[in-house]
Formats: sequence, structure tokens, C-alpha cells
Amino acid sequence: MSITPASVPVLPRGVRLHHDRVRDTWVLLAPERAIRLDPVGHAVLAEIDGTRSFATIVATLAGKYDAPPERIAEDSRGLLTGLLNRRMLELTE
Amino acid sequence: MTARPPLAMLAELTHRCPLSCPYCSNPLDLLRKEAELSTGDWADAFRQAADLGVLHVHLSGGEPASRRDLEELVVAARQAGLYTNLITSGIGLTERRLKALDEAGLDHVQLSLQGTDAAMADRIGGYRGGFERKMQVAEWIGATGFPLTLNAVVHRQNLHQLPEALDMAVRIGARRIEVAIVQFHGWAMRNRAALMPTRAQAEEAKRIVEEARKRLLGTLVIDFVPADYHEEYPKSCMGGWGSTGLNIAPDGTVLPCHAAQTIPHLSFDTVHDRPLREIWYDSAAFNAYRGDDWMPELCRTCDRKHIDHGGCRCQALALAGDAGATDPVCAKSPLHAGLRAKAEAFAAGPDDNLTYRTLPPA
Repeated sequence: MSITPASVPVLPRGVRLHHDRVRDTWVLLAPERAIRLDPVGHAVLAEIDGTRSFATIVATLAGKYDAPPERIAEDSRGLLTGLLNRRMLELTE
Repeated sequence: MTARPPLAMLAELTHRCPLSCPYCSNPLDLLRKEAELSTGDWADAFRQAADLGVLHVHLSGGEPASRRDLEELVVAARQAGLYTNLITSGIGLTERRLKALDEAGLDHVQLSLQGTDAAMADRIGGYRGGFERKMQVAEWIGATGFPLTLNAVVHRQNLHQLPEALDMAVRIGARRIEVAIVQFHGWAMRNRAALMPTRAQAEEAKRIVEEARKRLLGTLVIDFVPADYHEEYPKSCMGGWGSTGLNIAPDGTVLPCHAAQTIPHLSFDTVHDRPLREIWYDSAAFNAYRGDDWMPELCRTCDRKHIDHGGCRCQALALAGDAGATDPVCAKSPLHAGLRAKAEAFAAGPDDNLTYRTLPPA
């Protein structure tokens, strides 16, 4: 499965964002895994709500951070594909 | 040596279990119900663990469903801010209890697999009807919506079922499978001749896992624990002693790993003695094999010392007679050749001689 602009990413049950107050960082918690997120990773995952498409998420981030959409799409696709392969993300479209 | 905060905690809620697997990782001296921590003690331990930096709590046993307050414990762990994983054989879970665990906020279920059919699973688990029940529970877990990991413990007698275990994981909708070749600690030490895989099996298992990882990428995540007696390098036990995780035994004893009490010169605090934070950072037991100062020359000068941390301390004690020795699994250990010969002798042992785990007489 690969991510297209129309894909709607969603964090499946058992995978959630968590603020790690001891290490003062955001982490993605999943079965047997905790992935420490850098600010970019957190910004991308925080946009995922199970209703908005990949294209919408990229456009939102491009607006918010005043960054080129192509660059954001590339970075986000890399992160999300890694999560898909590890069953930490699903696509509803 | 400054320790970092722990990421994970194994909460061994009880040693009680309807199964009696001959490779149970519980100690030979099993604790009875009377010795177990109360609901309140556990809730307090969960809060302390979260304050210390723990992110995941693994609710285990024995069979954690043997605790009637399991649902309350899940609520307490979630309130503390922990990710909750239930490690279960499924026995003792009903549809109603799973719904209650769902409401309590349980994040994930890990279901053990003793074999892929009733004949194998019930013989290894020592519990007739267990397999059928487990398959029913797996269905309920799926219907409730919990993400599921299958935990297939494999050894000489059931390694031929590995392909079927992988198929089963996909079929029942598991996202992950842990394929763990039996590690020889606890009860498994008494069953080395019955359970030791052959070298050929150990290699075949690696090949099957590697092929399945490619074929099932994005469908099933496969974690694999190899047969370490047949390996060239030891396992990175616990990711390094006192570095990543801690265990709490049913009576509240805080341990660097579940077999640590086999090391006779160490003494361990309980949650009644000192705060968890002090035990983690300051206790002699947690500092005993932290970092690399304790290492023998062979490990301290090795370029893999930060990869496998000298291997397993409990295994070094069991096989080399010294918990501070290089794990004899390591090809650089002077005991490696002897261990390899032993592994092959065990692998040629009889199948029918299983010693099941049992509670001591009251």
C-alpha cells in the first residue's frame, strides 16, 4: 500500500501520541514500541485525525510553517510509509 | 555511571496460572496468592513508575487474568499515564471481562501460543481444552477491537509449526507476532533436553522469519528471538542491565530482569522498602551490572560491548558459574565450544520427558 494525495491516514487503535513529561518530548506509543518524535514528526502526526487526506495535511502544514509543499510531502511520506510498514498507521482510502 | 530513566516495566501481577508450561519464565520458587501485592500497592507502583519515566507497563504473570482486580489495575495504570499491555494465555478471560478491560482503557493484548493445534498446545501448556478456549478468546479480542500480538514460544517440539503460526497470526488479524525460541532460564533449564532446538531448526527458523518479514511487510510485524545457544553472539539481555526496563515480582520485589533472583549475591528491595526511584538509581542490585565497569577484560575491550552488553548475567551465572563473566553464548568466550557441544547433546534428547511447572506444596 502506498500513500497518494487522496489517502486518509489514521492512527489505529493502540497507537497514540503521548507527551513524555519526564524526557520532555513527544512520543508515539504502540505495542512494544515508543518512537521519540522530533518537532517535525510531531507536527505531521498531530494533523492526522482520520478524516483529512494526505493532500490536505500537506497543505495545512505548508501554510502553518511557510514551507514548500513538495518538501513537506516528501518528508511526511517518508515518515508515514515507515509507520505503515510497522503497522502503526492505516489508510482509510 | 549515570543511569537513564527506564522505558518499560514488567508487572508480574501473580504467579498463579492455569497452564504449566515447561519453559515458564517464573522462578522455581513460585509465590502464592497470599504474598501478592494489593490493588492499592500496584496502583502506587504504577504512579511511581510513570513519574520515573516508564512509558509501557506489561501486565503479566503467571496469568494476569487470575487477578480478580485486573480491570481496576488497568484503570490505575492508565490513570498514571502508562501504555497498558496485557500478556495473557487467554485462560480466565471472558467476553464480559474483555469488555470491562476495554472500558478500563487497556491498550493492547498479547496472546501466548503454545502450538497451532490442540494436540500440541494442550500438551505443552499442560492444560486440556486450553487451545480451543484460546481460539475463542482470540475471536473476542478481535470483536472487542483490541490490537493483538501473538506470542509464539517455539522449541524443538513445535518449531515445525512456525509457518502455520505466522499464517494464523494473519488470519486472526494480529498486527504483530513475537516468535521467541525458548530461552533457557527458570523452568526451561529443567527441560533443556526436551526443548533444545537442533542447529538445523534454529537456522530454518531464521530463514522462515526473514522470508515472512518480506512477504508480510505492512501486514504483520515479526519480532524474533533466536535460539541463543546456537548463536555466535549473545542476546542484548534487557537492552543492558538496569538501562531500559525493570520488573516487579508479585510480592513487590523490584528486579532488573525476571531471572535476577537466581544471582545469589544480590539482594533486592521491594516497593515496601524504598521508593522505586531510589531502587532504580541507587540500589546496589541495579548498579551491579550497569554500564561497562563491571565487565571482564574480554567484554570491556570488545567493539560489540554496546551492542550486546556482554550478554545475559543470569545465563553467565548458570553456565559459567559467575554472573560477571562473558555470556558463554559469545564465540569469544572460552566456554563457547563447550556450550555448543552441550546444545547439540541436548538437541538429541528425548521429547517425552517434560517437567511442568508446579506450585510448591502448601
